[in-house]
Amino acid sequence: MTGYILRRLVSAIPVLLGITVIVFLIMAMIPGDPATAILGSYATPENVARINASLGLDKPLVQRYFIWLGHMLTGDFGRSYALNRPVLDEILDRFSATMVLAGTSFVLCAILGVLAGVVSAARQYGWADRAITFVVLIGISVPSFFLGMMMILIFAVRLKWLPVSGMYAIYGGGDLADLARHLAMPALALAAVATGVIARMARSAMLEVLRQDYIRTARAKGVSETRVVLRHALKAAMVSILPVLGLQAGFVLSGAVYIEMVFQWPGVGRMLVDAILKRDILLVQGGVVFVAACYVVFNIAVDVVQGLLDPRIKA
Amino acid sequence: MSGFLKLLLRNRLAALGGVVITGIVALALVTPLLPLQPPDVTNTAERFARPFSPGHLLGTDNLGRDLLSRLLLGTRLSLAVGTVAALGAAVTGSAIGIVAGYFGGRTDNVIMRLIDMLMAFPYILLALAIVAALGPGLVNALIAVAAVNVPFFARNIRGLTVGLAGREFIDAARLSGLGHTRIILSELLPNVLPVIVIGISTTVGWMILETAGLSFLGLGSQPPQADLGSMLGEARAALITAPHSSVVPGIMIFLIVMSINLLGDGVRDALDPRLKSGALSRPRAATRVAREHVPEVPQQGVLDLQNLETQFHVGRRVYRAVNDVSLHVKPGECLGIIGESGSGKSVTALSVMGLVASPPGVITGGAVRHDGTDLLSLRPGDLRARRGAKVAYIFQDPLATLHPLFTIGDQLIEAIRSHRALPKAQARARALEMLEAVRIPNPESRLENYPHEMSGGMRQRVGIAMAMINEPEVIIADEPTTALDVTVQAQILSLLDELRRERGLAILFITHDFGVVAQLCDRVAVMYAGRIVEEGPTMQILDAPAHPYTKRLIACVPELGGGRRTLAAIPGLPPVVDKLPEGCAFAPRCAKAQEACRRGEIALEGAAPRAVRCLFPEEAPT
Ligand code: SF4
Repeated sequence: MTGYILRRLVSAIPVLLGITVIVFLIMAMIPGDPATAILGSYATPENVARINASLGLDKPLVQRYFIWLGHMLTGDFGRSYALNRPVLDEILDRFSATMVLAGTSFVLCAILGVLAGVVSAARQYGWADRAITFVVLIGISVPSFFLGMMMILIFAVRLKWLPVSGMYAIYGGGDLADLARHLAMPALALAAVATGVIARMARSAMLEVLRQDYIRTARAKGVSETRVVLRHALKAAMVSILPVLGLQAGFVLSGAVYIEMVFQWPGVGRMLVDAILKRDILLVQGGVVFVAACYVVFNIAVDVVQGLLDPRIKA
Repeated sequence: MSGFLKLLLRNRLAALGGVVITGIVALALVTPLLPLQPPDVTNTAERFARPFSPGHLLGTDNLGRDLLSRLLLGTRLSLAVGTVAALGAAVTGSAIGIVAGYFGGRTDNVIMRLIDMLMAFPYILLALAIVAALGPGLVNALIAVAAVNVPFFARNIRGLTVGLAGREFIDAARLSGLGHTRIILSELLPNVLPVIVIGISTTVGWMILETAGLSFLGLGSQPPQADLGSMLGEARAALITAPHSSVVPGIMIFLIVMSINLLGDGVRDALDPRLKSGALSRPRAATRVAREHVPEVPQQGVLDLQNLETQFHVGRRVYRAVNDVSLHVKPGECLGIIGESGSGKSVTALSVMGLVASPPGVITGGAVRHDGTDLLSLRPGDLRARRGAKVAYIFQDPLATLHPLFTIGDQLIEAIRSHRALPKAQARARALEMLEAVRIPNPESRLENYPHEMSGGMRQRVGIAMAMINEPEVIIADEPTTALDVTVQAQILSLLDELRRERGLAILFITHDFGVVAQLCDRVAVMYAGRIVEEGPTMQILDAPAHPYTKRLIACVPELGGGRRTLAAIPGLPPVVDKLPEGCAFAPRCAKAQEACRRGEIALEGAAPRAVRCLFPEEAPT
């Protein structure tokens, strides 16, 4: 197992490098002089000279990439001129908020999605299956940002159950209960689409597995139907559900952008949108690389779980 | 094509989606012709007019602009942008995929590596990066959304192209001196086009949603121009005071995406042959039983099948897999059922414990009695309690029939604990004992093995151990040795024979091989097209087969107990059991067939213990 994890970690290195190359190339598409583009309204001749010296912006593209990569490897993501602080500090501050939101959402969509899929498959064509299929269809069709807005209207404005926005109450908040109240709506809104996609996938994976010969064997042994579905079928179905979970984690992580805008959540997504609108290029660059790298690491974790689940993989 | 459309229309939801999206597109198309208010004229005196206000059917927005005309124009814009993005992604992605798949080798490798890198990004993040570089704006948002969808098309089309590139017609084109461009355009493209079109139809809704999303963030369309996303984004500030200005564009996006999704699902289902055949149905815990009456006969053995009828109902077609089969097995006796694949022998075996996949299987008549109790009328819980405990199965191909993700030990222990509340340690000891009984070397370490870590012969021993572990009275073995080589087969057979003699087991042994029957079975029943055509003691039947079909089957085994085991030597194919000819089902393949054979029912008769279903048997059974 350790060998497997190590192999996966090593194989992630080229992917991570590829990510930096792609981000770098995309950012190199910005027209005009890179120093002026990065500095924007701060582009005084001194600043331009300073940034050219530190980032090598007047050097050829390839050289610039390696200078940038070298800086990042030492933890130096550059400086945000608009915010006047190191990019990495800003990202780390914001990322924890995004992790709380996206992490909760991911757990929600994984549990709800798999559960809905299992019930749907176990009761194929029954009323529960129909109801779930209908809700799932709505879930995957409604834009998360619109869903978030409608939730605000209903649960915050009409019913006054939950706060409209933010991560903590401005006065007297700050504890876990306060966080939970602020988190409920954004986490659900963010989870909706992924839940739907996972539920669909889980349903068809379960149906596929329930037709397998080893399920018939379990029944022939006299295993109870509940156990057949929840133990035999679900475990086998998880093998094909897990990759979907990994994929959906990416959607949840990046879809947090919309939800953070709607609920004024102080996360990386909102930071990125602000940075794009302010043309704070180093912040965008750093933020994108950071989040993408986290996603790559997460996917390794998914692979490892897959390896634990399916003994045939290690061989 | 028309069949496809019919299927699509039969799916009511898909049809509904089709109608809605057609309506929206039509509306968007005729928008310029409609007598609408000007969309960009601001009128602060009429800010946030509610829906149904005079002059503004849907009310006005934060600048007093007419929402209806903005909605229609926004819809038009969103549909256009989403469609163009989908087309752009499809064309670029497919081109990349075709080039990679067609040229293969290094080109393919480099391209696909790049595509994999792109897919390592969380999707929306990549779009954000592209917009960040190009700057906010609708065209840039479109490019970004198209770009992040390129990998999807590239991957799918590459896979397809790789398959096609190796086919003869491409080679032929190459040999005839056609250039690469010509081959790609005239030979490859027409073949991958349908997949591209399906790809577009399933992603276009998604792309509309994504461009709307970027606009919502303020990174797409810029004022005064507004697509649905930026309408929603602008209305957000007034969400609480004037919810209608958010609800109107939001519902429109929802309707568009949902109708496209419905249509897309319908298209996918209509193209999936498995759905039609019911192959995607979940088999119930026990086969459905729908019989009119239960035949009453005195108990003859530990397992009695009386006039059993099992059918497969697929759509309107009925396949009569098991047709009026009666069999009796006594304790300590081994009864063989032999026949070609499709003869109904396996379905007969599975019907006993309600293990025929259902749907499509239905038991439509007869009775199955274990120790005099009719198993078909048992409640699910009672049937479950007997499965594995009283009547156990050994299946063919244990790689498929053992669960791949549980250890052998787990599966054996579960078999015990499904019937007895034994502590785990004791169950484990019992499992170990069983593995020893079926002569598996190093049983202790084998308990921790997964099925894929064992050889076929060892796996089948595990299958036998699992069947025997609760000391059942009846074992139903469904071609347990077919996947094994001859030596292993002989070992497994002698193991079964030994267990039977030691424990007084009744065995119902399903096979297509008379050689196997000769080694193990006391009596044998020959099945053809769902019916028993001959029955009797093994030795007598081997010596003097009465039915022409039996004779052929025996002739297929060159030397009993060894050699080639195949039925391919019988000319002709077994009949499809939904169109049984009248009279003898074997008539089309029978050398002795007469006019009389094709008329009326032929009874299974003869002097006990033999019986045959033939008008002109080989030798009168004595
Ligand atoms: S009934 Fe006629 S056709 Fe059928 S097996 Fe006997 S001889 Fe052949």
